[in-house]
Parts: sequence; C-alpha cells; structure tokens
Amino acid sequence: MNRDSNVYTFTFAALMVFVVASVLAFTSFSLKDLQNENVRKEKMQNILSTVGIQTDREGAEKLFDQYIKEQLAVQSDGSIDNSVNVFKEVKLALELKKSPDSQDFPLYVAEIDSEKFYIIPIRGNGLWNAIFGYISLKEDLNTIKGVVFDHVGETAGLGAEITQDWFIERFIDEKLFDANRNLMGITVSKTNNDPSNLDKTDHEVDAISGATITGDGVTDMIKERITHYVPYFEFIKSTNSIAAMSGNNLNLN
Amino acid sequence: MSKNKVLLTDPLDDNNPITVQVLGICSALAITVQLKAAIVMSLSVVAVMAASNVTISILRDLIPNRIRIIVQLVVVASMVVLVDQVLRAYAYDVSKELSIFIGLIITNCIVMGRLEAFALGNGVWRSFLDGVGNAFGYAWILILVAFFRELFGSGKLLGIQVIPDFIYEMGYVDNGLMLLSPMALITVGLIIWVQRSRNRKLIEQG
Repeated sequence: MNRDSNVYTFTFAALMVFVVASVLAFTSFSLKDLQNENVRKEKMQNILSTVGIQTDREGAEKLFDQYIKEQLAVQSDGSIDNSVNVFKEVKLALELKKSPDSQDFPLYVAEIDSEKFYIIPIRGNGLWNAIFGYISLKEDLNTIKGVVFDHVGETAGLGAEITQDWFIERFIDEKLFDANRNLMGITVSKTNNDPSNLDKTDHEVDAISGATITGDGVTDMIKERITHYVPYFEFIKSTNSIAAMSGNNLNLN
Repeated sequence: MSKNKVLLTDPLDDNNPITVQVLGICSALAITVQLKAAIVMSLSVVAVMAASNVTISILRDLIPNRIRIIVQLVVVASMVVLVDQVLRAYAYDVSKELSIFIGLIITNCIVMGRLEAFALGNGVWRSFLDGVGNAFGYAWILILVAFFRELFGSGKLLGIQVIPDFIYEMGYVDNGLMLLSPMALITVGLIIWVQRSRNRKLIEQG
C-alpha cells in the first residue's frame, strides 16, 4: 500500500480519531462514578476538617451525617430557601457566575459536643486558576474555628502552600468583624506587624513569600463570600438574643 | 544484548536528555521546587514514555509519513489523559498531587523527541528500553535539581524539615531565590558543568 497517498493518509487519520475518541470516551464514562464519588467524599472531608475532625475518605460520609446537622441555602436577604439540597445541588463555581441576588449561599451547621459551628464554602481566584475552601465560625459568628484551602493550579512550593497546615493554622481564632460589627475579613498581609500571629484581633495573617497574588486571592475570597452571609448572621443574632431574653424572663418568673 | 543495554544506560549520562540534549527543560524548571512533585512527575513520565514509544513502534509501518507528528501527538495526549483518568478514579490523592503536571507531560519535548528519533525506526522491545532509559535520564536530573532546590529553598526534603532549628537560630536563612525558576536553570547549569568536567566524551573539540 502506498503510505504517501492522500486516500491512505485521510483514512488513517479518520480511523485514528475514531479509535482514540472511543477509547477515551469509554474510559471517561466507565470511571465517572468512581471519580465523582471521590470528589463528593473529599468535599465532606474538607467540611469536617474545618471543625477539627480529621478523617480518611472512607469514613467521611458517616461522620458527616453524624456532625453536620443542617445544610442551608441562604439567600442574599438573609432568608433560607428550603427547597434546595445544598450539598448536592449548589456548585459554587456556577453560583459565582450569577448575580449575588440570585445566588444560593450554602451554609453547613455542625454540632459537636453541643457547640455549634457555621461552615461557609468560599471560592475565588488565585494566580493561575480558581482557589477555594471552607471556613468555619464559632457560635459568636465572628471567631474562626478553622479553615481549609485548596486550589486548581497554583505554583507548587509557592501559591500551592495555602493548603499547608502551617498556613491554615494562622487563621484559627482570628476575628472577621471589628468591635462595631463591621466586616473586616482576614487580610493575608505582606506588611504584617505580627508575624508570630499573637494578635488575634488584627484581621491579618502573615503572607507566604513569593505567593502575593494567591494570598490576595485568599483575602478577597474570604471577604467577598462572608459579605453575603451578614444579613443571615444578623438574623441569627437577633433571634438568639430574643431567645436569651425570654430565657431570662422565664428565670425571673 | 549489550547493544540493548546501551539504550538504557546511554541516556543516563553520555546522552542525557536534559543536560546533553537540553530537552524537557521547561518541566525541569517548573516542577523542581519540591522533591515529592519531581518524583511523582518522573514516574508518570516513565509510564507515558514507555507506553507511547511502544505504541508508535507497533504502528511504525502503518503511520503515514506526512502526518506522523500529529499521530505521535495524539498517541501521547491520549496516554496522558488515560493515566490521568485512571489515577483520578483509583488513586485520587496521587492525582491531586500531580494536578497540572500530568497534563504537562504532553508538552515534554523528550517524549516527542524519542518517538520521532527512535520509535519510528526501531522494534518494539528496543523502543521500550529507549523510552524507559530516556525517562530515567530525565528523572534523575529532575530529582537532583529538586533535591537542591527544596533543601536550600525551604530547608526541607519531601516536606520534612532537615536543617535543624539551631542552625536557623545561628542566623541561617532559607534562600528564597532557590524557589524561583531562575535558580533551577542555574542548578541545571551547574550539573552540566560537573558532568562535562568529568565526562571526556562531552568535551567539544575546537
């Protein structure tokens, strides 16, 4: 056969494309369920790790059901949409493309030893691609209990270090709001006056050298995401204080 | 047999893809900040090079000459996607570790270079050995560079601190420049220097 003829070349190319496409499509299709399962369990692992529960992927589901008591779709006005299955249906990457008024803001409420924690998924942009994670707040809705970050393609050894324990530990016990309840967020700062992170009310953590843009991305995504929860937080606070007041009244009676 | 053995040993020194042929430099600069990433990348390159060299060698009498580069590219790209998909299903943590690097194997010049220069004209077994040999030649340089960069850049190896605290207390500071790409180039340059001064065959006449 003449290997240089046009007919041969075209036939070969067409066959090759067909074979390769079939093999890849078949592989992708048959592994899809396993891959999605891994992603789903990793999400549970991440949510749990912000409240201090470390687990392997296999044990994640059981612990998730045990500790996560509520999964809420918060609306921009602070109300809750009960028709949404947050864990399954809300993909933050897609929500971020909508206007804030029509987004669902997922909120997971964990209860450990009768202490409540509020876990908020966050997502933003790093240097090369998306960065994301979860941030959990203590019952005062101000103090950070824990965070976890992940990324799609930040530089190894630089921006990718945001996933490391020594970085995420800097966020623990930092405060999101100032004394007048203004949202300050947490700034990943290069000019931090408190590198050993003793001051937990400065709304700052020390940045990573060589990862300025990724650090700025972390700063931005925390503030941008938390902003949308403020109306709901105010709502919880007011109901809590009413509950506390009626509790006091009961005691008086 | 000794002729086949040369296929494995030659790329380690005399004909090293990175230090002598200066191929695959891009990834050698990009992913040598940490030893772990370099090792995982090396293993993936070994797998992809062996598999694609074998595939091209099997097809070598069928591939039309005019589109051979495209065919090579398709073979390499599909191997990489296959590896990526399988890792994501069965070894999710490893696949997360690799993230973008696995996709970068497609652009590794060594893979295409060996397909074009060797697999198209040689038998299956010899092509397999050539693929593995070159991948190892790439791997050990990559790992060596990553060793120095992680050691002097972060004071760690495989993520574990190896430079003891008392040295830091005496005023030693990690060299941040080691974490940036230019130092990878300089490290590769130093390795080439050492290699050339030791290996007489590499010294140009003139």
